[in-house]
Amino acid sequence: MKILKYLTKGYMKETVLSPLFKCIEAVLELFVPIVVANIIDIGIGNGDKSYMIAMCAVLVGLGLAGLAFSITAQYFAAKAATGFSKAVGNALFHHIKSFSYSDYDEIGTSTLITRMTSDLGQVQTGVNMTLRLVLRSPFIVFGAMIMAFTIDVGSALIFAAMIPVLLAAVFGIMLGGMPLYAKVRTSLDKLLGRTRENLSGARVIRAFCMEESETEKFRETNELLTKQQKKAGRISALMNPLTLALVDLAIIVLIWVGAVRTDSGDLTQGQVIALYNYMSQILVELIKLAGLIITITKAIACGKRIQSVFDSGDGMSEGTEENGFEDYRYSVEFRHADLRYKNAAENSLTDIDFTAEKGSVVGIIGGTGSGKTSLVNLIPRFYDTTYGDVYIDGISIKDYKLNALRRKIGVVPQKAVLFKGTIRENMKWRDESATDEEIYKALELAQAKDIIDKKENGLDSIVEQGGRNFSGGQRQRLTIARALVGSPEILILDDSASALDFATDAALRKALRSLENTTVFIVSQRTSSIMHADRIIVLDDGCAAGVGTHAELLENCPVYKEIYESQFRKEGKAV
Amino acid sequence: MKQNKGTLRKVLHHIRHYIWLMVLSMLLAALTVAGTLYIPIIIGNAIDCIIGKGNVDLDRIIKLLINAGVVAGATALLQWLMGVINNRIAYNVVRDIRNEAFEKIEILPFSSLDKKSIGDTVSRVISDADQFADGLLLGFSQLFTGIVTILGTLVFMVMLDPVITLAVVVLTPLSLFVARFISKRTYNMFKLRSETLGEQTAFIDEMIGNGKTVKAFCREDNAEETFCEINGRLEKCSLRATFFSSLTNPSTRFINSMVYAAVALFGAISVIDGGIAGTAALTVGELSCFLSYANQYTKPFNEISGVITELQNAFACAARIFGLIEEEPQTPDAENAAVLSDVKGSIKADHISFSYVPEQKLIEDFSVDIKPGQKAAIVGPTGCGKTTFINLLMRFYDVTGGTIFAEGHDIRDITRRSLRSSYGMVLQETVLISGTIRDNIAMGKPDATDEEIIAAAKAAHAHSFIKRLKNGYDTVIGEDGGNLSQGQKQLLCISRIMLCLPPMLILDEATSSIDTRTEAKIQDAFTKLMKGRTCFIVAHRLSTIRDADVILVMNNGSIIEQGRHEELLAKGGFYAKLYNSQFEES
Repeated sequence: MKILKYLTKGYMKETVLSPLFKCIEAVLELFVPIVVANIIDIGIGNGDKSYMIAMCAVLVGLGLAGLAFSITAQYFAAKAATGFSKAVGNALFHHIKSFSYSDYDEIGTSTLITRMTSDLGQVQTGVNMTLRLVLRSPFIVFGAMIMAFTIDVGSALIFAAMIPVLLAAVFGIMLGGMPLYAKVRTSLDKLLGRTRENLSGARVIRAFCMEESETEKFRETNELLTKQQKKAGRISALMNPLTLALVDLAIIVLIWVGAVRTDSGDLTQGQVIALYNYMSQILVELIKLAGLIITITKAIACGKRIQSVFDSGDGMSEGTEENGFEDYRYSVEFRHADLRYKNAAENSLTDIDFTAEKGSVVGIIGGTGSGKTSLVNLIPRFYDTTYGDVYIDGISIKDYKLNALRRKIGVVPQKAVLFKGTIRENMKWRDESATDEEIYKALELAQAKDIIDKKENGLDSIVEQGGRNFSGGQRQRLTIARALVGSPEILILDDSASALDFATDAALRKALRSLENTTVFIVSQRTSSIMHADRIIVLDDGCAAGVGTHAELLENCPVYKEIYESQFRKEGKAV
Repeated sequence: MKQNKGTLRKVLHHIRHYIWLMVLSMLLAALTVAGTLYIPIIIGNAIDCIIGKGNVDLDRIIKLLINAGVVAGATALLQWLMGVINNRIAYNVVRDIRNEAFEKIEILPFSSLDKKSIGDTVSRVISDADQFADGLLLGFSQLFTGIVTILGTLVFMVMLDPVITLAVVVLTPLSLFVARFISKRTYNMFKLRSETLGEQTAFIDEMIGNGKTVKAFCREDNAEETFCEINGRLEKCSLRATFFSSLTNPSTRFINSMVYAAVALFGAISVIDGGIAGTAALTVGELSCFLSYANQYTKPFNEISGVITELQNAFACAARIFGLIEEEPQTPDAENAAVLSDVKGSIKADHISFSYVPEQKLIEDFSVDIKPGQKAAIVGPTGCGKTTFINLLMRFYDVTGGTIFAEGHDIRDITRRSLRSSYGMVLQETVLISGTIRDNIAMGKPDATDEEIIAAAKAAHAHSFIKRLKNGYDTVIGEDGGNLSQGQKQLLCISRIMLCLPPMLILDEATSSIDTRTEAKIQDAFTKLMKGRTCFIVAHRLSTIRDADVILVMNNGSIIEQGRHEELLAKGGFYAKLYNSQFEES
């Protein structure tokens, strides 16, 4: 897994030292039996009490040294693990930052969230435990085998044969468990999605009295998850008993071989006991290792999911230009642009071709799903055209640096979202250096000044997550103001006045007309919102059914005429 | 551990359903430990048969080894069974807790739901529960075997030398004491870690969830900066929690090695001087045996202290889930709550008042009487609190004074279910649930037939776009409606209403995202639907407002005028001003 590079890159020292110190601790532990043997052989043998006390002091010293090494090792392991997970978290966020809109569409939000939180947590635990135990266990296993060889090569061959079998069993269980844990994680994603949905859509769910059926669905997903967890657990639970049985089997074989070889005079009883002790030591270590393997199996499954986020997302290549031609006539040009979303069967936009002069107002109108949002999403290069091109100030948007391009543009998305913080912080999203004066100007243009005026703390009023302490209409006006701060060259209003009442909508349009240097794109359902635009683009099923002024289109575009008349009949009576 | 006592009680409360599995698990633990302690004895007997060259009792060894093999096989099998049972207990408990948490989410009052951060709540139900499962599992698998091993070895030691055993028993609580000392101090660290993790999840939820807006404003760098800041704090508190809790194991191991040294010293002295306090002296062989048992006896204490650390973390997580589970639910329906049936559509507000926070009164002493079939339009400038009124009608919030009557019943005396299903609600914010298009339309009527669903979709003019989707009505739409446009989502929401045809309607800008051509088409269907039904309409379109039987004019969250269009115009008040503003030349 490539994500491990964050461990070796930043925490090489800790990654090496932690297991090393653990090994030293293990060696110190191995001395204990020798010291005890001395107490018995020399101390008791000679009845020498002062020697016994001295040797016990050595035991205490070994204990203290072991404590020091072990604490240092724990510290390094904790440091490497938490540092690693921080580095991966940062890198992951950095990577997701480069995701294009299509990448977002493809991957989905819930799974990104579990991967960044709970998966990463599992990996952190995995790294921590691995560093603490990974070297110690094999060290003792192989150390014991080497010691066995020094005693009797013939018997040691049993060790040599058993270790690969053990490894095969351990890794077999690990590999068998991994796909199961991957499934568990996928179900966890689903569970997260359901929880999220029920929190964000609580009103609708309760309005439709869906609480029970939603609970039922949650229970189902939860039950599936539990089943998968149990299944994965059944495999993992094999680890301990299987390795134990294998070692017991090896001991039985060892005793038999030892018995035969002692009978023939190749071994002594003491040597058989020593060999048996080494085998027991291996056993103790394996029990520890088994617990570790389960943790590692989970961590690897989670690590793979994190890696797959790193591997996904094509991002977007960008150019180097910061600015277009200064005196170029057209602010935005569409040149035969097509757009087909990833994995979609049909084009969402086909052969869109028009120009927008600097400072002009472009209206975009069309039926639901006719491609209005798709069209304006091409301007800030949220999606790339599949054919044709979009030019801003005479240069293809693919040749701009993405940030330079998007800084020229103020976007008001359909979904009016504000972010946790203060209103001022939200207003500075487009332009970090905006003064209060500029912010107030934008708020005034967006007809949102009264929202602030009513607040005790003015611009410092708190915005809660998603802006839910504001009503839909308030949010919409604030998002319009947010896009206006820093006087964007191009302003895109994607059906952004839908929650506004008539009076506010009219005042907003009037205010927008006063912006001289800004090219404004207005996507709307209402003819009244766009009929005064310099150019109107009528979309029908992804194609431009007409481009022109209100008068021209009434003349020669039947689709527009139909829209206009349907609306005129409805609202025109009053106008 | 004091902080944990409450949590522990709650965990035990959840485990009680699996009491028999627990007993079985303990029994298996005892058998497994007995097996593991017995095998060395058999092997020891076998070794005793290996005396030297030409002096080996091979026949007896074979018998002993076969015994050992059988015991080893049986022990392995029992141990596996124990693992499976422990898995079952741990995962079932967590499943139950998750279900409970989710059920609580479904009955939380909106007053607390609206205050919650979605990310934080999600992190409780998902990550915290996950960590809790891990801790619980570890607890089960190591705690029992640990305890049984301690008891087993204790018995053997007492048989060898009660006095030194007593010394060991007195000394070992030292390690438990150290473990407790550490865990007491790390609990708060783990809690801080959990909280920081919650904060981080909330931030990720906000920024990744709205990733597109973030990108549109080139705010990726700022978001990353904040993320790194939170992540940095998380690293610091995880490091502290992880490191300090990991001190437990080395510290207890150290204490145990001190115990071991003491046993070695006193044991050795006892061998030389004869028994302490008059007991029989140990032999060298017994001393070495005793030492190995002392070792075996203290080892589980290490494991248990390790488990305690894990449980510490698990309990901190559990406390957060229980925090959610124990939140005050909405006032349940009264036991004798009436079921609203045969609704004609009469709604009466009688001197109601309402406020979200006591300091800020929103609606005060407001009365209105809407007769069956009447249309009430709610009008007012953007952000005037029109949704507040809807919140009260649907009983998402309860009035703080006065009464709302539906069909002559106080709405607090009828079941929420029957009240809410009497309304058809289309909100400006379209909410779709993940599932198929069919699931989404059939929300209000899960048993609807395909024909009914298609008819409803046709009435809402959603059929034509659904038909064009790859899998038609079976197309699975992801979270938040995926690739559907805002207007398409709204058409789906309207289809829902067309399907269940409730007696009353609440339309909050129901057609704001639908283009006027389509709207004109569904208007007919809407008109038909509204006929004879009581409607509450939040709208800016004049035609709907002018035809309304009663217009409620709202401003700054309160209802300031009510009456018919002509009456209000004649009055020359706020409504008249609002109405006339649209004629100003833009």
